[in-house]
Amino acid sequence: MVLLEIEDLHASVNGKEIIKGLNLVINEGEVHAIMGPNGAGKSTLSYVLTGREGYEITGGRIKFKGRDINDMPIEERANEGLFLSMQYPVEIPGVSITTFLKHAVNANRKYHNLPELDTFEFIKQVRQDGKLLGIDNDMLKRHVNVGFSGGEKKRLEALQMTVLKPSLAILDEADSGLDIDAMKVVANGVNALRDGRRSLLIITHYQRLLNYIEPDFVHIYADGKIVKSGDKSLAEKLEKLGYSNFVCGNG
Amino acid sequence: MSSNEKPEIEDLSGDKYKYGFVTDIETETAPKGLNEDIIKFISQKKREPEWLLEFRLKAFEHWKTLTEPSWAKLDYKKIDYQDLYYYSAPKQKAAPKSLEEVDKELLRTYEKLGIPLKEQEALAGVVAVDAVFDSVSVATTYRAKLAEQGIIFCSITEAVRDHPELIKKYIGSVVPYTDNFFACLNSAVFTDGSFVFIPKNVKSPLELSTYFRINAKNTGQFERTLIVAEDNSYVSYLEGCTAPQRDENQLHAAIVEIVVLDNAEVKYSTVQNWYPGDSEGRGGIYNFVTKRAACRGINSKVSWTQVETGSAVTWKYPSCILQGDGSSGEFYSVAITNNKQQADTGTKMIHIGKNTTSKIISKGISAGFSNQTYRGLVKVLPGANKARNYSQCDSLLIGRNCGSHTIPYMENRNKTAIIEHEATTSKISEEQLFYCLQRGIGEEDAVGLIVNGFCKEVMQHLPMEFAIEAAKLINISLEGTVG
Repeated sequence: MVLLEIEDLHASVNGKEIIKGLNLVINEGEVHAIMGPNGAGKSTLSYVLTGREGYEITGGRIKFKGRDINDMPIEERANEGLFLSMQYPVEIPGVSITTFLKHAVNANRKYHNLPELDTFEFIKQVRQDGKLLGIDNDMLKRHVNVGFSGGEKKRLEALQMTVLKPSLAILDEADSGLDIDAMKVVANGVNALRDGRRSLLIITHYQRLLNYIEPDFVHIYADGKIVKSGDKSLAEKLEKLGYSNFVCGNG
Repeated sequence: MSSNEKPEIEDLSGDKYKYGFVTDIETETAPKGLNEDIIKFISQKKREPEWLLEFRLKAFEHWKTLTEPSWAKLDYKKIDYQDLYYYSAPKQKAAPKSLEEVDKELLRTYEKLGIPLKEQEALAGVVAVDAVFDSVSVATTYRAKLAEQGIIFCSITEAVRDHPELIKKYIGSVVPYTDNFFACLNSAVFTDGSFVFIPKNVKSPLELSTYFRINAKNTGQFERTLIVAEDNSYVSYLEGCTAPQRDENQLHAAIVEIVVLDNAEVKYSTVQNWYPGDSEGRGGIYNFVTKRAACRGINSKVSWTQVETGSAVTWKYPSCILQGDGSSGEFYSVAITNNKQQADTGTKMIHIGKNTTSKIISKGISAGFSNQTYRGLVKVLPGANKARNYSQCDSLLIGRNCGSHTIPYMENRNKTAIIEHEATTSKISEEQLFYCLQRGIGEEDAVGLIVNGFCKEVMQHLPMEFAIEAAKLINISLEGTVG
């Protein structure tokens, strides 16, 4: 079943067009990777999809679960199952991870007309999910991203994804700043979520992460659109030949 | 912070005062205005001894020579002191012996406020409540249990009658009637308030709590609280305030005096959510309060914790006089202003004794068109060897139309003393909001979450039940700030 359908998408930031006619279809259970050089506007795509302020859709449309989401508020998209693991997660001083997650989970449950989770049950679940990602109870008490290392931030993003169980998770540079060991932990966490129905959109600069989270499709993104698509061998090819062989204006 | 800072964080409306209802009970009211006769009327109504009437009259004489202070960064309509009622008491046949005898209408009001006044609720909440309704204390629970340990917790009126020697000894000893315009006014016309006495070596087994509520129209509320903690004693005292919605501004000029002796500790917590006025700045309480603690003993300790979300105008500086060697004072404050509220608040720490320490943590949140000033004084006198102060003042702005100001005064007259001051101003960033929203958290909940996080250092000093209530209050106060 089609989960996400992007059709001739155009989007701009501060009046400047960044995405220039992008097409992409993601079916349930598929893992897609979007690879592109720095500054190609990969993060812009993730913000446009999630509805961030200042990222304006100027043409085309985005359908998620069959619904046009161009005008859907950020939190509604999130509650519909769209999750963004951010490249640079922001600090929220004074708010513990547990508190933050509880608000998120209960907001989600409320959206789906479910009763709030029992605090005890919730904490039990979060602790269990945390274990897989090397997040212990002490870390759960820390404030969201405050003083976190790069690895800790990415693990927290993975934990949120695990707890919120989105239908489509966008991973924006989920491995940036991580050493191999930390990357494996994050990749394991992400892979644990692959259940044949949940889909992933991996936005990455390097092919490295794709060795650990194997994609079904690889797309090369340049100058605001997808210039080439293929299977995972495309990523390997790209690693050898470099972006210039694919981009050079002849897309 | 992102360059796309554009969450339309704006003022919408603040007409959401949850406690805006008026209790319809008969009240007994003195005529409008202020003169010697009114003061004599109040004193007579309360069957006060001669010395207290003299105290009032002296204060009144002095007050007539004073002018209202104008140094605060506040802008409000001039108060006509002759156009106010200075005494308003719920009419009752005789003093109630139990809650069954208390006016049902009154009890319903308390119920709406969520005060655990009913015995069983008080039992469950383990809180002793002395509820001040307008000017007269209505019911005091738990008194007997406290009395077993020699703790006195009653209204000032009763204390004057039953413990005149204590009142005579301590009243006006921390805040003399000559202190300032509003304190002087209070000294002349105060109608009731609470008295707490903790004898030597006693730790109060309960959190003591008082609710103040201004109900009658155009009534100034002039309550007076006196807390005395003898050697090695401890008490935690909670004060909560609400007032129904009124168009006219109502004046509230209270005094809180705390006396702390050797090795004693007093924790004083306030949650103040008086009617702040509507979104246009109409109505609301004028809150001019003098709160001061005197740490008179060796190692005596006081901490003020306040969460202020209400009042149209706030003028308030809970202070500590650190007289005893090794004594310490703490001030933890969260002040939230929205719409057209104004607050000029802070603290004074006066270091007199050796090795005295003070700590100030102030968190100010401004939203809408509100204006907020932190004004704090840290004063170290020549004898205060090795005195130490740490101050941290953080401001958080929501929207573009509010203001926040930090004015720290420091006077150090001892070379061995160390004073540290840190201040920050920040905004709720678009990045933080986006992060929360992307996780499915709605805007108002997100703002509440971020603001509560910002205030955490202060909130954790509140007693548990109070902290939960205060967190909710913060969310209510900020409703409609994001749109």
